[in-house]
Amino acid sequence: MSATQQMPAMPAPGSVSEAQTPPVPRRVSGRDVDEWFALAGSGVGSLALVWVLYENLLALSGTLGFILCWYAAFLLTYAGVLSVAHPWTVVKDRVASSLFLSGAVVVGAGLLSTVVYTFVRGMAALVHINFYTQDMAGVGPTAPLTQGGVLMAIAGTLIEIGIAIAISLPLGVATAVYMTEVRGRLSKVVRTVVEAMTALPEILAGLFVYVVLIVRLGYPRTGFAAAVAISVTMIPIIARSSEVALRVVPGGLREASLALGSSQWQTVRRVVLPTAKAGLATALILGVARGVGETAAVLITSGASTYLNLNPFQDPMNSLPLFAFNAVRSGQDLYITRGFGAAAILLVLVLTLFVIMRLLARGQVRSR
Amino acid sequence: MTLALDLSGPQATPPVPREIDPGLPTGDRVFHGAARTVGVFVLVLTGSIGLFLGLQSIPTFQHYGLNFLTRSEWQPAIDQIGISAVVLGTIEVAVVALFVSFPLALLTAVYISEYAPGRLKSMLVSAVDLMAAVPPIIYGLWAVFLFQPHIIYVARWLHTYLGWLPFLHVNTDPHAAVWEQSRYTSSVFVAGLAVSLMTIPLGCAIMRGVFAQAPIGEREAALALGATKWGMVRTVVLPFGRGGVIGGTMLSLGRALGETAAVLLIISPAFDLKFRILEAGTETISALIAGNFGDASATQLSALLSAGFILFVMTLCVNTVAAIFVNRSRSGAATEI
Amino acid sequence: MSVLASESTTVDLRAATGVAGAPAQLDAVEVSAWFGTNFVLDRVSLSMPAATVTALIGPSGCGKSTFLRILNRLHESVPSAQLAGKVLLDGEDIYDPGHRVTQTRKRIGMVFQKPNPFPTMSIADNVLAGLKLTGTKVNKSERSQLVESCLTRAGLWSEVRDRLGDHGGALSGGQQQRLCIARSLAVDPDVLLMDEPCSALDPTSTRRIEETISELRSEVTIVIVTHNMQQAHRVSQQSAFFLAAQGCPGGIVEAGPTEQIFNDPVDTRTADYVHGRFG
Repeated sequence: MSATQQMPAMPAPGSVSEAQTPPVPRRVSGRDVDEWFALAGSGVGSLALVWVLYENLLALSGTLGFILCWYAAFLLTYAGVLSVAHPWTVVKDRVASSLFLSGAVVVGAGLLSTVVYTFVRGMAALVHINFYTQDMAGVGPTAPLTQGGVLMAIAGTLIEIGIAIAISLPLGVATAVYMTEVRGRLSKVVRTVVEAMTALPEILAGLFVYVVLIVRLGYPRTGFAAAVAISVTMIPIIARSSEVALRVVPGGLREASLALGSSQWQTVRRVVLPTAKAGLATALILGVARGVGETAAVLITSGASTYLNLNPFQDPMNSLPLFAFNAVRSGQDLYITRGFGAAAILLVLVLTLFVIMRLLARGQVRSR
Repeated sequence: MTLALDLSGPQATPPVPREIDPGLPTGDRVFHGAARTVGVFVLVLTGSIGLFLGLQSIPTFQHYGLNFLTRSEWQPAIDQIGISAVVLGTIEVAVVALFVSFPLALLTAVYISEYAPGRLKSMLVSAVDLMAAVPPIIYGLWAVFLFQPHIIYVARWLHTYLGWLPFLHVNTDPHAAVWEQSRYTSSVFVAGLAVSLMTIPLGCAIMRGVFAQAPIGEREAALALGATKWGMVRTVVLPFGRGGVIGGTMLSLGRALGETAAVLLIISPAFDLKFRILEAGTETISALIAGNFGDASATQLSALLSAGFILFVMTLCVNTVAAIFVNRSRSGAATEI
Repeated sequence: MSVLASESTTVDLRAATGVAGAPAQLDAVEVSAWFGTNFVLDRVSLSMPAATVTALIGPSGCGKSTFLRILNRLHESVPSAQLAGKVLLDGEDIYDPGHRVTQTRKRIGMVFQKPNPFPTMSIADNVLAGLKLTGTKVNKSERSQLVESCLTRAGLWSEVRDRLGDHGGALSGGQQQRLCIARSLAVDPDVLLMDEPCSALDPTSTRRIEETISELRSEVTIVIVTHNMQQAHRVSQQSAFFLAAQGCPGGIVEAGPTEQIFNDPVDTRTADYVHGRFG
């Protein structure tokens, strides 16, 4: 048995530390030089190999094929190089890391190019102020970009989504309150049906409104009809997300309120709903993000006007996705550019909604 | 005096619960009634959509007979219509989309969850959630103008080397000096790839959320045994996330079935039972409805509604299967889809 | 090397795989640790001799678990974690660039506070999981013998011998923990680290595991973190008392033979702690 090891007495808090130099962290693991060489060497070697073989042996063409062949050759070379010095488990680990990274890069590049391309293609239209302040009434498809704009589409989107929010927010939240607070006998059925309805494709919502409101009941195609179709899609989403937000509110809070003698309605109004505020806002934004992008449903229900129409109950109305859809089908270059411009505005709108949602979520976390 | 209960006597009876009248205040009675009314209203509204679509089958089959399901042409002028080709097209587009998006979404989700370094990881999580919320029309525009001109080269490559497979054959000569580009556009293949672009972020977001829930105790146990990162992912994270992976994939399949705008932009309508996915011309239910609602007669409108009902049933089945998988798995309880 | 009859399988397996298999000496030299800018361990040095049980005792939050996790390189898996100093396994610094972390973790195993068997695997597969994860090849015939010997050494064989195909999550807490011990033993470590292995278990399971620890001592060096002083007294031959003053990083106040620490400690703070005057 070794003698007792007694460490030097630890310094009391606040006292000056010993004369020894204070400890400094050391670098641990990470890729060492050897592995960077393996990576670079495999990359260059496989590139050279494919370069030589591509045109001659396989007689293929196109950059895409070249890149794919290079990638496959790189993986094989890398695995081979690694297996010389490392056991099989390490080779598998490294190759797996490369594969996962490649998948993420492909997806990231695709999504990024979507966003960038939309802005680039629509830039020529976006730089003109008239794009935001005028409508397309009296402006032909081949007119230059200094004339006309998408004001009617912007207005239409805002009006339609405004009406849709006015309809679906109260209905959705009330349904969620019914499912979590009142919990009647029917609540299980309601929950099942609402969940099923979140799967409804928007085209069917539009078709339903078209047949019932427009064909059967004879109402004209207006912005209001489109707003109803959008609400049909939004209500289940808002209801389900709100239900989750309400369920997260601790039961202890409700019991505390009841123990003070308040009624259930008071509890819901003054305790549960304010506590779930951020979650409810998130639910709303999720629904709005879906509603704002609806193309097919509004195609069927609202018509597509070229002039600014601020009355949702009369005459067709246009909206950003619908305008973009029609514009790019026209085959006219300038009109297509306008379409991309409208799509870019839509993208910015969704991005803004998303940022607001993130800020709300973070705000709630910080306030806890 | 004994305080103990004497239960031995003949008159002792076991306790019975008593009725309590909660005596709800008026405000609460109104509140309950109002909430119930709204709940029932929403139930009726949303449920009636499904019912309405289904009931349209009656006039449809009355007019067109069961041939409606088996016939494949769509000629409204002479009132000969059938949706077999359309249903097939819908399924084909969705399957192609699934085929492409499932591996990419899975790879990306694992990368973000397990391999991405700190700050990049939170950026990527936000980015994927954002892309899942982007309207599909944006992806449709990108697919038609940027993607399609390039992807037809891939289609031609597939035709050249794998064209002996019946579903990859195209009715043209790929080796011709000036090959027919238009034979490869507007096909199931291109439409499926365009749809996959919007299902990848959705599936990826769900899968990543599930992988993040894998318990840290099991992860550390694997590492402590000497596992590499891939060994840990393979043993702990992937088995844990299985339910979420399947559920997320099925959910994106459901969206793919109903996608309208992008498909409308890409395809050129054709109404033959086509199994060749690389060849131009196809039709899906949603594109059919959007393209034909305007000049449909009353019975043709019923036919469109019946087609819509079939689409709805397909989407519903897929989503129900997704929910079952997610709820049964360990990752299910925490997943929000 | 031929494979002999089952009772000598463990010895043969060690010889066959070429791993030394003998319990090893572990030395920590001036080990310091940070979480981000938070300085949590200050220049801790400790010798943990081979074939002995060393207990790390002290109040919560003094850095005992952090110190333990530095010994098998699990500390660095936390993104903001950093360390300084050396950890010598039979004289070689495990943090040297030449040593692969997966190989180190194979030689220095760990049992965690909360039992964590892999729930999707059967009991037998759980025991063999470490071999699969490290790519160690074992013949089919040797596999069942290895499962039996590891479960026996962990004190679980008699209870699960008829249901080796059952899922790992279906056992009780104490059984799960013994399964985790068996799993750690299957990769044939030289050192076994245990982070409060009995704190989540009932007294009977605790006693069974303490017996297992005593039985394993001759094959594996054991370092155990424990809050339970009687347990430390029962199972260990050497003890180290950790302490962290308010707002200061943790460190070892006194270390030595267990009997000495408990009956005749040198430092007054040690005496106060072992006599229960603070916890």
